Amino acid sequence: MNIMIEVENLTKKFGNFTAVNDISFSVPEGEIFAFLGPNGAGKTTTIKILTTLLKPTSGRIRINDYDPLKEQNKVRQSFGIVFQDPSLDDELTAYENMEFHGVLYGVPKEIRKVRIEQLLKFVELWDRKDNLVKNFSGGMKRRLEVARGLIHHPRILFLDEPTLGLDPQTRSHIWNYIKDLNHQEKMTVFFTTHYMEEAEKMAQKVAIIDNGKIVAKGTPSGLKEQTKTASLEDAFLALTGKVIREEEANPLDRMRMRRQLHRH
Amino acid sequence: MKVIYILWLRQIKRYYRSRSRIIGSIAQPLLFLLAFGFGFGPIFQRAGGGSYIQFLVPGIIAMGILFTAVFSGIEIIWDKQFGFLKETLVAPVSRLKIMIGRTLGGGTVAVIQGIIILIVSLFVGFHLPGPHMLLLSLVFMLLIAFLFAGLGTVIASPLNDMQGFQLIMNFLLMPLFFLSGALFPLQGLPKLFTIIASIDPLSYGIDGLRGALVSGLNFGLFHDFLILSIITATLFVIGSYLFSKIQI
Repeated sequence: MNIMIEVENLTKKFGNFTAVNDISFSVPEGEIFAFLGPNGAGKTTTIKILTTLLKPTSGRIRINDYDPLKEQNKVRQSFGIVFQDPSLDDELTAYENMEFHGVLYGVPKEIRKVRIEQLLKFVELWDRKDNLVKNFSGGMKRRLEVARGLIHHPRILFLDEPTLGLDPQTRSHIWNYIKDLNHQEKMTVFFTTHYMEEAEKMAQKVAIIDNGKIVAKGTPSGLKEQTKTASLEDAFLALTGKVIREEEANPLDRMRMRRQLHRH
Repeated sequence: MKVIYILWLRQIKRYYRSRSRIIGSIAQPLLFLLAFGFGFGPIFQRAGGGSYIQFLVPGIIAMGILFTAVFSGIEIIWDKQFGFLKETLVAPVSRLKIMIGRTLGGGTVAVIQGIIILIVSLFVGFHLPGPHMLLLSLVFMLLIAFLFAGLGTVIASPLNDMQGFQLIMNFLLMPLFFLSGALFPLQGLPKLFTIIASIDPLSYGIDGLRGALVSGLNFGLFHDFLILSIITATLFVIGSYLFSKIQI
């Protein structure tokens, strides 16, 4: 089986702070892999490194057998991503956001048209396609982002807390679609979530990261056995403790906060 | 090309849709045009400078272009904050194309602003030159626009929030504008002032624009064109380098 994501001894430091500390894991083609951890554990940093947004301090990475440092465009062509925080253009319509993405990824015009329609219908935004995204609710934006990430039929789909703020209906709807793609096209899925039951249900393999280190890896049932717990949630708490984590706001977060304050 | 086009188109659409922004960024130059134009007009004429409105309009057009172009570059910070930049940065296209598309889009928007100001100025008594010179003035508008859109990119790429915004406004844009010869002729000024004005790239933009629209050159059209082109190219090179270094 092909390995789609391979990470060896990956470390990322910001000044004195080590966000990701010597982690290794691999994800074979067609697997659904959950990357779990408390706030500030290093999940998003890891995803940013895997998706070429950040450069690692040290370590070796292969995405679809390409090197994110040297073969950036091939890596970028290989994956789709749904970010943790919004990344839509509010001043464009839903359709324009999709179209923009399709053009950036070089999806030919005919296929683009078909897929955008199919995906927008799927996330039930087709009749809102010409509305500006700024008028959408949080859930609608999320659905649109998931749809957008799938236009170019990526080999790997990164989902950073994709279902945050979605109702159970939408969540199961989106997961069903992702599972279909996973089956039909052997699309590899790498996701993070705070919903442990979601990870338990969807993921074939789980890695738990805490303070930048991977503290456990395995199948959900394997982790339950290892910790002698009944659910993945209990296993997670047994492995990472019950202390609530503080996350420091970066300048971008602070800015977002300010903008939200201004709006109200 | 498609990639550059879609990024360009995005800037145009965003501009077209924010009416308040269009009005806002035309209001200030118009205020300058009316207040200075009518306020200093009589003195300027008595001093033998001819019509002050004729003199001032190219400067005010350049002002509108300067601000709009720099802010279009500054929008990169905005896009960083609200996540959209990530969407373009993970796409399998070169950062150079992204940067060029954005900057050309921002520059185009700035030129549209400049043309709107030109049209409005007709109502306060500005006389247009012949078609050839009008076309030449468009060339200078484009050069000013791309130069300062490039400058905006250079400033915005390494920044992560808008903290420095006031600083840029007060210590960069305002001096660039006031020391450029937009409001007064550069001849016969104190030596130091002449030197500062000759470092200010906007001086050449305004000189060229004024030469094309009205006449009365300080540096010479070709000289202006050459200097603006060189600075624009340099800023694009620096801008694309800094833009390619962005990590989020």
